[in-house]
This record gives sequence, structure tokens and C-alpha cells, in this order.
Amino acid sequence: MHETAHSFILDNAYWIALLPLISSAIILFFTRWREPLSAGISITAIVLGWVASIWVMIEVLINSHGGHFQYIERAFDIVSFETMHLQLGFVIDPVAAMMLIVVTTVSSCVQIYSLGYMHGDPRFSRYYAYLSLFTFSMLGLVLANNFFLIFIFWELVGLTSYLLIGFWFEKKSASDAGKKAFITTKVGDLGFLLGLMLMFAWIGTFDYDEVFAAVKSGQIETWKLTTIGICIFCGAVGKSAQFPLHVWLPDAMEGPTPVSALIHAATMVAAGVYLVAKAMPLYTASTTAAAVVAYIGLFTSFFAASIALVQNDIKRVLAFSTLSQLGYMIMALGLNGILSEHVEPGTGYAAGTFHLMTHAFFKALLFLGAGSVIHAVHTNDIQLMGGLYGKMKKTASTFFIACLAIAGIFPFAGFFSKDEIIVATMGHPVFQTVASLVAFMTAFYMFRLYFLTFTGEPRDEEKYHHAHESPNSMTYPLMFLAVLAFGAGWFGAPGVKGFSNYIFEYGGHAHTPSAHWSVIIISTVLALCGIGLAYLMYYKKSISPDTVVEKVKPIYTLLYNKYYIDELYDFILIQPTYRLGRFLWSFDANVVDGLVNLQATITYWLSDVKHWIDKNIVDGTVNGFGLFCDAASGAFRKMQSGRLAHYLLAVVFGMILIILLASSNLLNWTLAKVGL
Amino acid sequence: MADTVFVILAILIVSSALAVVTLRNIFHCALMLILCLFCVAGLYILMYAEFLAVVQVLLYVGAVAILMIFAIMLTSRLAGREIQLSNEQTFIGGFLATVFVFGLGYLYYKDIEAGQFARVSLKIPGAENSLSIGKLLMTEYVLPFEVVSILLLAALIGAIILARKEGN
Amino acid sequence: MSDPTMSQLLNAEMLRYLWLAAALFGIGLFGILTRRNAIAILMSLELMFNAVNINLVAFNRFTSPSTFAGQIFAIFVVVIAAAEATVGLAIVILIYRNWRSIDADRVNLLKW
Repeated sequence: MHETAHSFILDNAYWIALLPLISSAIILFFTRWREPLSAGISITAIVLGWVASIWVMIEVLINSHGGHFQYIERAFDIVSFETMHLQLGFVIDPVAAMMLIVVTTVSSCVQIYSLGYMHGDPRFSRYYAYLSLFTFSMLGLVLANNFFLIFIFWELVGLTSYLLIGFWFEKKSASDAGKKAFITTKVGDLGFLLGLMLMFAWIGTFDYDEVFAAVKSGQIETWKLTTIGICIFCGAVGKSAQFPLHVWLPDAMEGPTPVSALIHAATMVAAGVYLVAKAMPLYTASTTAAAVVAYIGLFTSFFAASIALVQNDIKRVLAFSTLSQLGYMIMALGLNGILSEHVEPGTGYAAGTFHLMTHAFFKALLFLGAGSVIHAVHTNDIQLMGGLYGKMKKTASTFFIACLAIAGIFPFAGFFSKDEIIVATMGHPVFQTVASLVAFMTAFYMFRLYFLTFTGEPRDEEKYHHAHESPNSMTYPLMFLAVLAFGAGWFGAPGVKGFSNYIFEYGGHAHTPSAHWSVIIISTVLALCGIGLAYLMYYKKSISPDTVVEKVKPIYTLLYNKYYIDELYDFILIQPTYRLGRFLWSFDANVVDGLVNLQATITYWLSDVKHWIDKNIVDGTVNGFGLFCDAASGAFRKMQSGRLAHYLLAVVFGMILIILLASSNLLNWTLAKVGL
Repeated sequence: MADTVFVILAILIVSSALAVVTLRNIFHCALMLILCLFCVAGLYILMYAEFLAVVQVLLYVGAVAILMIFAIMLTSRLAGREIQLSNEQTFIGGFLATVFVFGLGYLYYKDIEAGQFARVSLKIPGAENSLSIGKLLMTEYVLPFEVVSILLLAALIGAIILARKEGN
Repeated sequence: MSDPTMSQLLNAEMLRYLWLAAALFGIGLFGILTRRNAIAILMSLELMFNAVNINLVAFNRFTSPSTFAGQIFAIFVVVIAAAEATVGLAIVILIYRNWRSIDADRVNLLKW
């Protein structure tokens, strides 16, 4: 346990997580019927948490002596056996402090934004209660001090995600999407759980420090670490929607858009990245596991970006963009575990966590902007939009900033973090090539989205006519996030000291980003090419998109249908499951039920036999006794005349009998016989 | 003298008792019962049980017999009218009663011959009869005395409840 | 122990009473067996009580004259007889009210 710094806020940082929990409970139990009050409580709690998070970050920076921050850990045992101590506690390390800020910032913006977006919803208060509950879970996940605790919060965020995706559960697609998200992520969680079990079996503890100390000591065989690492990564694959468990995230867009921004863009899906970052010593110890991570990330980033090129649903484009960007981060983290002489150790880690932060800001901004657009035109289809810039200047300009940020244009946030990632791929030509290609594709599809939505002629006059700028409660969060999307990258810019050196450091290597001019030039050129292509195709219309589509029709169809992954899963998993279910049902209906019915028939027949025996033999006997008694009593009943005189006569007979007995000494003889 | 008195009393008792069980008029029966009870009281005096004799006269003649007459007058619409008093068991009843009496007599004989009864000198109790009985009732026999008192009380209440007209 | 003649004399005197009591009891017995009128049955019962009392006093007088146990028991019997007569007559009146008759042969409630 490291304890170097003491301060009020670091000692009590867990209140950042507890505040939303309390507000959620208050809303659910007390203020459900007073909607403005509910929203006020929730927003107050999260803004307090935001302020506290900034304070925590300042304390962390102050205590970062010589570029290396000692972890702050406060914990107590909840389960304690001789060989096992299960702790409930929190730990603050630089990446946790960073995540605290990300989560509370995005959460605050989303909650304020939702004031306008969810206005008039019949379950307004419940929405805020769920949001608060999610924020609690996510902050708990960030602060957790061991793998077991992180798993608990991991499942909690899964639950709240399910609740919020299916928030409009009247819509079948929404409740289906909720179930799909829940079940798909559970597949990954199973791996996570397995990894935890193996960890406990082989290492004997869940605590971060103890696990990593054991890993560093080299006493654990590498194949075990590989197994554990891959298993834990399965959880990250599910939560961060990496291939092949990515299918839930596009469907999760059925939830309210602010929810998509908070959970399915900025925070929860980042939990997988965060988990891999936290477990990084495992991956540096096992190159195989790290390679698996890196390749999955690489494949997902390319795969999702290619789908995003052709989608027409504004939120789905953003969803696939999220997949792609998360793949980027995962890839960077994986590369951190593969040593390369071209880059400093720790670069991949720094790149992944740095991009996690910047991406959270600009992706939240993109989603909230999309929400603002949807709020205005009541459709998700970008083919029905167009020319909205004139009507929604604030939304459009903030969206434009976000697009520049994600495309990686200097000096926006994405520029720095994306370059960092591409730097991390140096020495791995495949990775570098594909990552650069993805950067190009990202720029293209983001500006395709921008041009189709905000510029040109309105393609649906009626929707355009009704469009209007969103209320201030929605636009102010957009502007705030736009500032971050513009400026957040500077914290990690080459040559800027004081922040990134400490926050993104890994394994004692103070992170010192340096400018690789070749990377900068190549990525900027590629991004500009992407933007330019989008400009020509969708703004100038000098290249007709339809012509391009005609030329690559098969690929277009493949991409448009998302590589038919959903259909493939339907064919190889869901339909067989249904068929198995139907088979088992028919087995049950025919064989099992048949046996039961056969037994019933036999029982029925047997009972007929028994009925006959009962009726004729048993009842006959009983009735025979009855008739006999009836006949006998018919004779004896005459004695019971009811007349006093007859009874007295009988008494006197008895008395005389006694006298006779006494006088003949028979009484004495009898009494002597019976012992009296 | 005592023998003469005993014989007279015995004849009176037996004849009046027979009248009680045979007369056709229930009212006459009651009068015969009173005569019989008086004679029994005489017998008690003959046996030096003066207190008991007084009790006999007070309780039996003064209370029970009068109560009987009241009951007769309440139940027979015409007190003097002759109704059928006996049932068909006259002969067997008479036979059994006779057998019973002679059976008892035989047992007495047998027991006296066998020396069952302790012989004591015939001490004539004096005037202390009532005094001694009173003392004994309040000392040695106080528990049965109290129990009998409660029995009387219960009988009193029971009789009132039984004989009470409904609704009163 | 007194002399045998005295003893025999006493036995003979006691036997007189016992015979009388037996006769009275037999008459009472005959009465309750043959009478139909409930009040007449009660009267016969009184005769039997008296027979018993005569027996009690006679045994007291001729076997243990120094004690009064027999007499005291006779007193209890008298008292109990009075109680019995009271309740019995009340029952008779009740029966009369319900049946308009006190014919014991018609009252066959004991059958049930």
C-alpha cells in the first residue's frame, strides 16, 4: 500500500462516487413526482463531483514528485479469510484521476443537456435516477482498488446501460436492443469472470498491487499470465464493443441520445479500455496476450471505420466511429506490451489513455450535437437532412469543431492523441499502415456526415421547415464540450510539461511526448485528403457518390449491411438455438409428455380396477358389518324403552344378584380370585 | 314398655308405607307418608337419638312432605281425583321387593351369626346427645358439613332455575 | 366384652330394627317399581331413605353407642334427601309444564 500523500480530498474521494448514488436513491424513493427537483438533485450531485474531481486532479499533480505519483489507496476488508482478503476500497492513481474528470465532465454536460432533450418525458425523474446510478457505477469502477470490486461495478454499469438503452421500452426495438446489449456483453463478462477465477487460483489475490507485484516477480508462468490476460480482455471486448462482440453497440443507439453520448461513447465503452490500462502489467508480461489485444483493436478500428463510411443513420455512423476509435485505443494499449526499439516504453499506454480522454470529449460532443439535430428534425436519417447550418448555427459549429477534432486536424484535441497512437505503432508496419488508413477513413466519414447534415440544399422541406435551434440547456453543454474538444489535446502535446508527463506515465517512465514530424505530416495529409474527398463528393458534388457506389456495388452492399455480422450470428447462433429449443420442445411434448401421459393412463386404468375392488369387496365387507350391526342393534334397541320403571327393574335385579352372590360367598371367592 | 312401643310403631310404619305405595289417591298417599315419617321419628327416640328425631320431624314432615303436597296440588288439576297410579309391573315388582327383603334379612342373620358386629355394653346416652352432635359437626365433620351446605345451596338455586317460568 | 346373654339380647333387639328397615326399604322399592306418578315415585324414594336412616341409627345405637357417627350420617342423609326432594320436585314441575302430565311412563327421554 502506498501512502505518501494525505489530503482531505484524496482521503474522501469515494464521496465523488457516492454522491450520485445518494441522489439516485433520493429521486427513486422521494422526489419521483417532482421532476424539476429530481433533475436538480441529480445535477447538483454530479457537478459537486465534477468540482471534487478537478480538486483531486490538482492534488495528484501537486503530489507528483519528480514525475512519479504514488498511489493513494484507502481500503478495508469486507471478507477476510486466512489466505484471502477481499477489500472494499478505492485507489487513486493518475489514470483514475483522469477518468474521474472525464466521467464527471461528460456526465454533467449530459445531465444538463437532458433537461432540454428529455423535457416532457413521462419518466423524466426515473431517467435522472438511472443516469445518477450509472454515474455512481462508472465512478466506482474507476475508483475500485481491486479486480473483484471492478467486476462488481462492471456489472452495475452493464445493468444501468441495459436500463437506459431500453428506457423507451414501449418501443420493441429499444427493449430488444437493451436485451441484446446485456446478453452480448455478458458473453465477454463470462471471460472476465473466468479470468478473475484463474487469477485467484494462480495468483491468490485480486488486489492490483499484489497481482502486479506477483507478475513482476516472474514467479507466475507466462502461459498463465497469457490466459488470465486474454480472459480479462474478453470482458473489455464485450464492454468496449470490440470485434466480434461489437454487434450490440449500434443497436444500443435506440436509447435516448444523451445516454448514447454518456454511456455508449464517452464512459462505459471506455471501461474496457480502462480495464486493459489498469491491467497493463499483465500485458507487458505476456507478449501473446498483448498481441491479441493489439490485433483485435486494429481489426475493429478498420472494420468499424469501413462500415461507418456508408451508413445513413446519424447515430449509427457515430456508433461505428466509436467502435473504430475504441479499437484505436485498444490497439495502442496492446502495442504497449509489444516492445519496439522505435518507441519509448510506455508510449502505447500513454497514447491509449490520452486518446481515451480526448475521444470522450469530442465523441460526447458529436453525440450531443446529433441529439440536438434529431431533436430538431425528428429523424436519424442523414439523407433526409441537409442545409441545417442556417437554422442551427450553434449546433453546427460545435459539431464542426468535433469533426475536426476526431479527424485529427491541428490544433484540435484528436490531432495530438491520434498522432500519439500512430507514433506508438512505429516499428510495426502493418499497424502503422492500417492506423493511418483508418485516420483517413475517419476524416472522410465524419465530414460526409457533416456535409450531408448541415450543408447543401434541404432534402426534406417539411423537416427543414420545422427545424429549430435547441434550447440553451442543450447548446451550452455543446459549447463547453467544444472548448474541451478544441483544447484538451494540448495537455498531451509534445513539449507541454506538467500534466501529461505524470498522468499518462506508466511503469515509472515519465511520459515525454516528442514530435515525430513524419507522422504528423502523413496523418495530417491523410486527414485532409479524407476531408477533401468528402467535400468533393457531398458539398461540391463534383464526384457523384452514386457513381462511386455503382462501381463498387458488392463492397458497398457488404459494408452497408455491416459485413452481415448480425445475420451471421443469427444464422450460426440464434437460429440454431431456436432450432435446439424447438427440438427440445418437441422432445418434451412428445417423449416426456408421452411418458407422463402413458403413466397417467396406466394409473387411470389401475384406479378403475381398484375402484371395482373397493366398491365390491372392501365396501361389501364394511357394509356387511354395518348390516350385521344394524340387525343386531334392532334386537337390542328394544331394551332401551326409555321408561324409568324398566330401568329401575333392571337395577333391582342387579341388587338382588349382588345379595345372592354375597349370601353364597361367591362374591368373596370372586374378589379373592381377582386379587381384591 | 319399649317393646310395646316398638311393635306399635313398626305396625304403623309398615302399614302406612304400604298405603303410600298402594293407595289410588296421591293426596292420601302424601298424608300416609307424613304418618310414616312421624313414626320413624318415634323410632329414633326409642333409640335415644332425640336430635335426629327432631330433625326428622322438622325437615321431613315440615318441609319435604309439605313440599310434596304443594307439588301434588300444582300438578294435579283436581287434587282429589283418582288417576291410575300403578303400572303393569305390580307383580314382578312385588316379587322382587319380597326377594330383596328376605335376602337382606338372611344376610343380617348370617353376619350376626358369624360375629360380624362388635359387641359393646349398652351405654345409655344421656342429655349430651345434641351437644355432642353439634360439637362433632363443627369439629371432626366440618368438611362434610360444609360440602353439604354447598350442596343445599346448589339445590336451592337449581330448583329455582328449573321451576322458574320462562320469561320471568 | 360383655357376657354372651347380654350380647344375644342386644343382637336380637338390633335385628328388630334391621328387619323393620328392610321391610320399609322393600316397600319403597316396590313403590318406585310400580308407581306411574312421578311424585309417588319420589315418595317411595323418601321411604327408602328412611329405611337407610333407621339402619344407620340402629347400628350406631347397638354397636358403638359412645360415638355419634351413625347419627351424623343420618343427618347428612336427611339434608341430602331434602335437597334431592327439592330438585326432584322442581324437575317434576318442569316435566308437567312440558308434557301437561307427570306420568313417568310417558316420559321416555332416557331413550335418547
